[in-house]
Amino acid sequence: MAKKILMCGNDACGEGAVLAGCRFYAGYPITPQNELTAYMAKRMYETGGVFIQAESELAAINMVFGAAAAGMRAMTSSSSPGVSLKQEGISYLTGCELPCVIVNMQRGGPGLGNIAPSQGDYFQSVKGGGHGDYKIMVLAPSSAQELLEYTFLAFDLADKYRNPALILGDGLLGQMMEPVQMQPVDYNPKLIEKPWALTGCRGRKPNIIKSLYLGDGALEAHNKRLQEKFKLIKDTEVRAETFHTKDSEIVLVAYGSAARIARAAMDMARDKGLKVGMIRPITLWPFPEKLIEDACNIAKKFLVVEMSAGQMVEDVRLAVNGRAKVDFYGRMGGGIPTESEILEKIEALV
Amino acid sequence: MKKTKKHKIKTSPEAGSDNIIFNRPVSLTNAENHFCAGCGHGIVHRLVCEAIDEFGIRERVIAVAPVGCAVLAYDYWDFDVAEAAHGRTPAVATGIKRVRPDNIVFTYQGDGDLAAIGTAEIIHAANRGENITVIFVNNGVYGMTGGQMAPTTLAGQKTSTTIHGRSLRREGYPIKILEMLAVLPGAKYVERVSVHSAQETLRAKRAISKAFKMQIDNKGFSIVEVLSMCPTYWNMTPIQAADRIKNEVATFYPLGVLKSC
Repeated sequence: MAKKILMCGNDACGEGAVLAGCRFYAGYPITPQNELTAYMAKRMYETGGVFIQAESELAAINMVFGAAAAGMRAMTSSSSPGVSLKQEGISYLTGCELPCVIVNMQRGGPGLGNIAPSQGDYFQSVKGGGHGDYKIMVLAPSSAQELLEYTFLAFDLADKYRNPALILGDGLLGQMMEPVQMQPVDYNPKLIEKPWALTGCRGRKPNIIKSLYLGDGALEAHNKRLQEKFKLIKDTEVRAETFHTKDSEIVLVAYGSAARIARAAMDMARDKGLKVGMIRPITLWPFPEKLIEDACNIAKKFLVVEMSAGQMVEDVRLAVNGRAKVDFYGRMGGGIPTESEILEKIEALV
Repeated sequence: MKKTKKHKIKTSPEAGSDNIIFNRPVSLTNAENHFCAGCGHGIVHRLVCEAIDEFGIRERVIAVAPVGCAVLAYDYWDFDVAEAAHGRTPAVATGIKRVRPDNIVFTYQGDGDLAAIGTAEIIHAANRGENITVIFVNNGVYGMTGGQMAPTTLAGQKTSTTIHGRSLRREGYPIKILEMLAVLPGAKYVERVSVHSAQETLRAKRAISKAFKMQIDNKGFSIVEVLSMCPTYWNMTPIQAADRIKNEVATFYPLGVLKSC
């Protein structure tokens, strides 16, 4: 029988990275993700990898840039204010087409905010975050188990597309302890050749990692290539979970921590005989817009539940495109919606 | 350009004949460079390549280029190069060197990159004792963006953002970053040189070679500051600019070894 270990989400995330062959981690302390940094310090030591406590978030993401450029599976993690600081680096990583994994255990904002869980960084995560036209793959786990599995997956996706991938968690997921099955899937990371990596030019022409394109039309051509890649990711990598969408008049849409609570509210509503279903995006970018579009064939109303003032709801509205009513329930600044609050909203929609 | 010498510049040393006394280093490509007349960058690029050729490490080298006038270094160097975000150069070099300790990793940075926006990165890379080599080109001005004041701009020096000259009261003091780094136990070799004359250029070459040798021997962090001319934004001829280093810049930033372990 596969071994189950009680661990917090931050540790599970770290173990997912280790299983994926991540052997470089650079980070900077910030609550509520500190367990992850400490876990990586221990595990990089044990596995012969590199752990660096950087002088800043800027240094950490750029150390990851260096390690990724040299061909290593590399990761950094932080929480909201720290991830804001990393945005410059993420733009460069994407421009240079370097694979890496970034973890954001979101906390309340704006500014220093607080250390309570939040989903206020959705826009920053899925709309680009830094300067320039780019996308990064965003995975939203909703348990410690999924933090392990999706962090593992994020490394394969990052390498496959030569693009950064982000794990978007929150303080609740990072801190909560749950049993985690260590070998639920076949953990064979897809380690691929990286002929573009900087290894020294023995027996080949020099490799250059850069995002500067000054020649006439050169940057536009580079951007077109990037956009083709983003389209391929969009066509290939959408992941979502659906519940009762075949017969539901009301469909909840929620991700991460909010999805677990919304699911409980859905069960309560169905116990009362209400036809309520749910779509839970696992990839926030690419967003499961087709699933939502299809759900409009049956659903009359959508209720988007977030721990924010309403960010993902905009993408749901774009996918629904006026074919159904889209309502929103959210809590901010560390507030967490309860099942009964959501149930009350559902009942008001009926 | 008027040809004044009968010698041809050959690209590979083995193809040489008795007539050839000055080859282009193998590590230096024959790309036409973008530097202004009298700029020191071309000299420093060459010195770096000469040192790399002499140690026979071209195929092991991974360079990290900065944002600034040297941003196009990858066009001129015939080895692996990463381009870093402004000032993050030592952090990128740290990531590369830590996962590839057998490669020779160096950064090439200007005074804006190293002594302003990247101050934290250089200090902490030195303090961690990263086994990397840093070539720091100090010309006291932001050349790429049009001649603004740098942290290293001398008192009274006119720039596009200090039109009446740098005021110590208003803009603060020129920063002696090498002296700051020299006190860190992690920094093992710290020297300031200049390329304003043939004699000083030879000294600069020796210092750059020493800095690479430190890394090859796993001795830790080494940095060479090279005082360099920017005739364009000093509003001078190349000769005046070279004289200015000798008479003004090098008196404020004294040449020599600050530390050698």
